[in-house]
Amino acid sequence: MKVDDLLRKPGAWLKRGSRDDVVVSSRVRLARNLAERLFPEWAGEDERRRIWDEVSGVLCGLPQLQRGLCVETSEIDEVSRRFLFERHLISRELIRKRRGSGLVVRGDETLAVMINEEDHLRLQSMRPGLSLGRTLNMVNDLDDAVAAEFTYAFSRRLGYLTACPSNVGTGMRASVMLHLPGLVLMNEVEPIVRGLTKIGLAVRGLWGEGTEISGNMLQVSNQVTLGVKEDEIAVNLEQVIMEVVEHEHNARLRLMEQRGEVLRDHVGRAYGILGNAHLVSTGEALDLLSGLRLGVDLGILKDIRRETIDELMVLTQPGHLQKLAGRRLKARERDRVRADLIRRRLKAGEDKGAGD
Amino acid sequence: MLCERCQQREATIHLTQVVDGEVKKVHLCQKCAEEAGFDLQGSVSVSDILLGMGVGKAQESTPEKATRCPRCGMRLSDFKQRERLGCPACYDAFADELMPLIKAMHRSERHVGKRPGEAGGLPMGVRRELEQLRGALESAVAEENYEEAARLRDRIRSLESSESAEGDGERGQP
Repeated sequence: MKVDDLLRKPGAWLKRGSRDDVVVSSRVRLARNLAERLFPEWAGEDERRRIWDEVSGVLCGLPQLQRGLCVETSEIDEVSRRFLFERHLISRELIRKRRGSGLVVRGDETLAVMINEEDHLRLQSMRPGLSLGRTLNMVNDLDDAVAAEFTYAFSRRLGYLTACPSNVGTGMRASVMLHLPGLVLMNEVEPIVRGLTKIGLAVRGLWGEGTEISGNMLQVSNQVTLGVKEDEIAVNLEQVIMEVVEHEHNARLRLMEQRGEVLRDHVGRAYGILGNAHLVSTGEALDLLSGLRLGVDLGILKDIRRETIDELMVLTQPGHLQKLAGRRLKARERDRVRADLIRRRLKAGEDKGAGD
Repeated sequence: MLCERCQQREATIHLTQVVDGEVKKVHLCQKCAEEAGFDLQGSVSVSDILLGMGVGKAQESTPEKATRCPRCGMRLSDFKQRERLGCPACYDAFADELMPLIKAMHRSERHVGKRPGEAGGLPMGVRRELEQLRGALESAVAEENYEEAARLRDRIRSLESSESAEGDGERGQP
């Protein structure tokens, strides 16, 4: 399987799931390291390459990951790396790595392993909607399969030993991607973020650490990894997220009741611009698509499917656009191609809607 | 999001600090962050923030000694600079410095979760049952049957805690 094969499919999270009007996706990752070996960064390239050979060979043969994608970062070009990052399969850190670091992904993208990122192994599972329990189960099974092949760096007292002490213990990070246009439009997102932070959860933008909120998307994840069980991390986060979902539903309801005109205007403008613009930047596209998504969820827009919007949110990212075009595009060119793509897809959706 | 300090420029630096065991988020613009003396070269420096704020006693304790990890040769100063340890043995080599840091980050010093080769840290039968319960919990949540969901959640919790307590007793040896 090649990187380009992923382009033809919508990605693991672009499917229907529980609470998916608010919770876009659930992800769980486990940080693991091999016993007795130096952590990737301190190890040097030769050792990293040895570890890549040993680990990738075994992982690519596991039933869970067979016939998937298996690439060293150095084998693929910049656009491909960017593309994989936009699909949440690799991290910013792995983008920078070359020989000896890489990625193994299952064909449907529900399971992925980064090799020699910050740790020797970063096992990840991803599912649509709010589904942390099942997401954890999936990555747990993969972890058991890997543990049968390699000896992990593990201490009875501190658990799984990781390159950064902030991950020690379970090595587990559970995170959900939330779409919160109601709370943003009602100016109520700040207290929610403050509340989440106060109870020890990390809140980030769509693209992770240090990114601004774009497209009204927020990522929420646990920070504490030691002294708490994997199941507890998942259940605790899921409970908190259910409350956030309730707040978001509530905000959308009040928007409809108290500011219906403003809401319809917001959605209508987003639709008007995306349906007619010829230059659209990445950020503008995300913000406007978020408006459409809200419009569809609230029944204001009836002729567009939410899948179309979610797909566009990914396809309009720079890496995806360039993959679709099959060549590198300058920023200005991307804005044009992006606008064309959105107009085409929205038009196609309308035609389909009208034919029903 | 506006910078907390000047309230004018967009906050581009988002730091997580732990002060006296309290986790704090700080959102600053580049200029204010520099003025406040945060080292931005190494992005967010967990070790600097923690070791520099008196959480660990490591800072400037014995610069002469320069302990090295016997396995990988890393020094504490390397860790401070890179924010990453060199190898699993570093946890022992720098235990005096790391443990206060770990305690401040996680408010715990002991792993209670999964262990390698123990399939989820629980016997297989229990794990199966837990899996069924979790599936049922998700369905209950999907159907907005919150009473049932709460009942299932409590059952999952009790199962997890009782089993792991027994498990610990059985294992015993390090």
